[in-house]
Amino acid sequence: MYHLIVFLPLLGAALAGLMGTRLGKQFLPEKPSMIITTGLLFVAAILSWVSLIQVGLGHKELEVTVLRWMDVGGLQANWAFKIDTLTAVMLVVVNSVSSLVHLYSWGYMEDDEYKPRFFAYLSLFTFAMLMLVTSDNFIQLFFGWEGVGLASYLLIGYYYKKPSANAAAIKAFVTNRVGDVGLALGVMTIFLVFGSVEFDTVFAAIGDNSARILPFLGMEINAMELIAMLLFIGAMGKSAQFILHVWLPDAMEGPTPVSALIHAATMVTAGVFLVCRAHPIYDAAPITAGFITAIGAFTAFFAATVALVQNDIKRVIAYSTCSQLGYMFFAAGVGAYNAAMFHLFTHAFFKALLFLCAGSVIHALHHEQDMRRMGGIRKKVPWTYIAMIIGTLAITGIGIPGTSIGFAGFFSKDAIIEAAYTGSGESNAAAFAFWVGLIAALMTSFYSWRLIFMTFHGKFRGDHHTLDHAHESPWVMRLPLVLLSIGAVFAGAVFYSRFMGNAGDFWHGALPVSAGEHHAAIAPETLHAMAQVPAADAHHSEPTPGGLFGWLYANVHGYPFWVLLLPLVMSITGFVIAWFMYMRGSVEEKINHIQETGGGVLYNFLLNKWYIDELYNVTVVKLVKFLGDKFWKVGDEKIIDGYGPNGVAKFASGAAKRLSKIQTGYLYHYAFIMLLGVAVLIVVAFRGVGG
Amino acid sequence: MFEGYPILSFITFAPLVVGVLLMVISKISKPEAQEQLAKNSVLVALLVSGVVFFLSIILVLDFDTTQAGFQFVEDTPWLGGGIEYRMGVDGISILFILLTAFLTPLCIFASQTSIKDRVLEYMVAFLILESLVIGVFCALDLVLFYLFFEAVLIPMFIIIGVWGGKNRVYASYKFFLYTLFGSVLMLAAIIYIYNFSAQQFGAPTTDMRVLINDLDIPGGVQTWLWLAFFASFAVKMPMWPVHTWLPDAHVEAPTAGSVILAGILLKLGGYGFLRFSLPLFPNASLQLAPIIYWLSVIAIIYTSLVAYRQKDMKKLIAYSSVAHMGFVTLGIFAFNLQGIQGGIFQMLSHGVVSGALFFLVGVVYDRMHTREIAFYGGLVSKMPVYAAFFLLFTMANVGLPGTSGFVGEILSMVGAYQVSPWIAFGAAFGMILSAVYALYLYREIIFGESVNEKLEDIADMTKREWIILTPLAVLTILLGVYPSLITDITGASVENLIANFNAATSQVALAEVP
Repeated sequence: MYHLIVFLPLLGAALAGLMGTRLGKQFLPEKPSMIITTGLLFVAAILSWVSLIQVGLGHKELEVTVLRWMDVGGLQANWAFKIDTLTAVMLVVVNSVSSLVHLYSWGYMEDDEYKPRFFAYLSLFTFAMLMLVTSDNFIQLFFGWEGVGLASYLLIGYYYKKPSANAAAIKAFVTNRVGDVGLALGVMTIFLVFGSVEFDTVFAAIGDNSARILPFLGMEINAMELIAMLLFIGAMGKSAQFILHVWLPDAMEGPTPVSALIHAATMVTAGVFLVCRAHPIYDAAPITAGFITAIGAFTAFFAATVALVQNDIKRVIAYSTCSQLGYMFFAAGVGAYNAAMFHLFTHAFFKALLFLCAGSVIHALHHEQDMRRMGGIRKKVPWTYIAMIIGTLAITGIGIPGTSIGFAGFFSKDAIIEAAYTGSGESNAAAFAFWVGLIAALMTSFYSWRLIFMTFHGKFRGDHHTLDHAHESPWVMRLPLVLLSIGAVFAGAVFYSRFMGNAGDFWHGALPVSAGEHHAAIAPETLHAMAQVPAADAHHSEPTPGGLFGWLYANVHGYPFWVLLLPLVMSITGFVIAWFMYMRGSVEEKINHIQETGGGVLYNFLLNKWYIDELYNVTVVKLVKFLGDKFWKVGDEKIIDGYGPNGVAKFASGAAKRLSKIQTGYLYHYAFIMLLGVAVLIVVAFRGVGG
Repeated sequence: MFEGYPILSFITFAPLVVGVLLMVISKISKPEAQEQLAKNSVLVALLVSGVVFFLSIILVLDFDTTQAGFQFVEDTPWLGGGIEYRMGVDGISILFILLTAFLTPLCIFASQTSIKDRVLEYMVAFLILESLVIGVFCALDLVLFYLFFEAVLIPMFIIIGVWGGKNRVYASYKFFLYTLFGSVLMLAAIIYIYNFSAQQFGAPTTDMRVLINDLDIPGGVQTWLWLAFFASFAVKMPMWPVHTWLPDAHVEAPTAGSVILAGILLKLGGYGFLRFSLPLFPNASLQLAPIIYWLSVIAIIYTSLVAYRQKDMKKLIAYSSVAHMGFVTLGIFAFNLQGIQGGIFQMLSHGVVSGALFFLVGVVYDRMHTREIAFYGGLVSKMPVYAAFFLLFTMANVGLPGTSGFVGEILSMVGAYQVSPWIAFGAAFGMILSAVYALYLYREIIFGESVNEKLEDIADMTKREWIILTPLAVLTILLGVYPSLITDITGASVENLIANFNAATSQVALAEVP
């Protein structure tokens, strides 16, 4: 079965890519290529759900070896699948979203000339992603890791005639490579320390090596910390964490289904998956874990601030993704890997939904992406409008605290914030993450609702021609929206207790389940009852004042109630601010005001993404070009050639004359004389010496 | 299968003999017949190199991979005085023979249309070149090796000098000057070894089997001899800073010349290090390895940066070759299994990948007669097949997992990492930079709007080009997915090499401790 899950997408990619495109003869016309790739993906998706049930509930973990790969000395890595719950969850995420995106692309890419190529790329991506998540060793993981990078490169640059798309594709690949170098060095360090790159062997030997000190670049570092840090650098690149995040917003140059699949739901979460997969290492590396918490929290904050002011509908969602990935990382950093995976799982549904909705809007408005030229189209695209509202309710985490009623994001984001709260007693990074996470939640709500209001409400601000032609998308695009909406509504409530370990042994050792209970398990309790509960729980030592606000400190499943309540308060506050700014106020006026005044320092700082791209341009990019030129013109041509061969030529008088002889056809003679001379020399020399 | 037959001599000399015959027949025949002969010479050359390729496949299949020593050995008297005609192959050399035999027919096939004048001489030059290169890898006698090793330059020199571009004289002169410098020093070292063997064994010998296993050169002398060999191999590699001949040679060479140059001639240096420097001068190798490390890391970073700024397609690929060879030297001088296996793998893989890249440059050069990057753009619209092949080999050049480029790179870095993280760290920068220059090249010529009117009618790949590039593409992926094809064959010999190396170096360490 797992062979099918992983290789069906590859088969689809090969068929569509080799037979369907214009490589040589086109054996497969467009439609069959699309049917084959999409059909195979749906089969794989259904099998993935089967596998989740088998593994998550029935605990049928498996190891499947497909083919020998590298086998040099102790360095052994096979093409193999390791199936546990962690993998099964990823299989479901990847194949579900991918199959829906395939279907959606039937509509979205309708006018494209090269559909088989597009579908081949999508399937190829899916295959690489599946290799990544099923890997049983670090090298195959690296294969998948770079494979998705390649597919991402190809899909970002899909509109290859656009210079900006090409630039974005290269930027994505190269930035990811920076991270990949970290990952590669991490894998090498693992091999050096453990003598193996296979997960099981490595994780089993962590106890024996946790105190080892390694020299690295002139420093003496604990081996586990070093490995953890290097692997995390890889994760930072792939998952667009701060300082390596620059490629993700630009990646929006790709077609929107691609953004939904690769740059929201699956590929960018590979970093989170890596940290979860390697969690035994991170458990042994507290310093790095703190670093991850801090970076994750900072990214959550940073990306949210940038999203506040962006005008491109896709860029808003892109920064939102970046920010949500930050949440996942700080959850992983504080050791709540299951919360991180849970958010990854729910996020895949609602973020893919948001992107596909944005795609539907863009499709309706003839590739208009600037929200300043949208507005008031909710009547034109009712399905999209409702789906996007659902997605927004999910990402902003709307639900009733203390109960199991809420949208998907409500459960997962709260689980993360609670995990950070739990950790804040021990680490400053976690405390930082907790508060930053709350502030980012406010901003998330603001920019998400701002997007809705600017796009669907108010008056249309583009030209009327576009509005007249605006239309709801065909059913192939609406069906994925509906299915993902279902996911965005129920994925949290249904899976909460399993992911968080409250019901059944879902993970079965694939991930540790953090101790302590979590809220909203199964039995909802009334607020009144909670207020009655005396806070006798010694788990948290908050003072519990009585009186009017005593219920805020009442303990609900191990957390003071205010911790459960605050994310919701933040979310609603964000909504209210957005409401006042964009529903009560006039969007036109705001746009004009900004155009007249320039928007102020802070606005521009955010609009220009903290000027990080500019910073890289004047430092790294310039330096590379400068060094390249200098090494070439000065190093090679002036110094090496100047003092080397050319210098010799000048020195040897008459060289020029001899050279001209070569030119006039004496070359053969010259060469054969040389050979003869060498032969004679050797014979004479050896005879003389030896004889 | 070949017991009793001098199979190695046959595959070594068959092309040479046929080449010389062709030349002679052409000289004595009438002018009209000469023209016909020139046409047919391509077929003859294809046939001969095809037979050699076929035989070398059988040779590899017949090769016993469990044995570390030399196989198919031939040993006949030659010059006397310990200098005899000795041939044989082991796991390290046999695959280079296969690579040579594989690339040569492709080169000849590719040249059939692109070479217009002096076709017969061109074919003869290629056949002779094939003979000499195979000879280098077969030779088991130091003097025989040296003869082949130096003689290889001559046909290459001629190919560049006669069928090259505008600046061919400068390029071939530079090529010649660099390599001459190395050769002279190596010759001196060989003569010294010859004398020394007489002292140690009572009678002089240049039998490499004896020298490798039993020669015991004192420490100080080892250093000098190592440096002398190094001078020659470093130029051939080429290592920084003696690499500047390569870009010029590539730019001027005809397509097939570039393929052979990058695909095979660059491997002679690495092979030399493995065959001589490590076994004959183990202690010097160990002591002087830091030089190699630093030169390699510099080469990887420096030439990658230079590659990024190139305006000529061939120059860009040539500089990238230097960077890739940096990984080879790093791997070899890591002295461990992963490193050396990685170095060998990287050489073979680079032979296929860079060979293919030069073929690809040749495809558009044949159509437009320029290699200027700025001239091209948006080729994917006109040449989708070309773009697809180009993408595959670009990714292999970048070292994407799943292609052969990755295996060599990661193995040699794993090897180097065990010696020092610093080195692996430096080399890892090459991973980033290779993406920078390779994708830059790809974007400039394949993607974008087609801006040049001259490119309006450019045709996609012909049947011939398909036939040439398909096997290379298959091999690139096959080796990336199943690298054991190579590592199983080289395994035993490399393990043996390392075992001997460790024994020799630890002996000294023991001797130093009183």
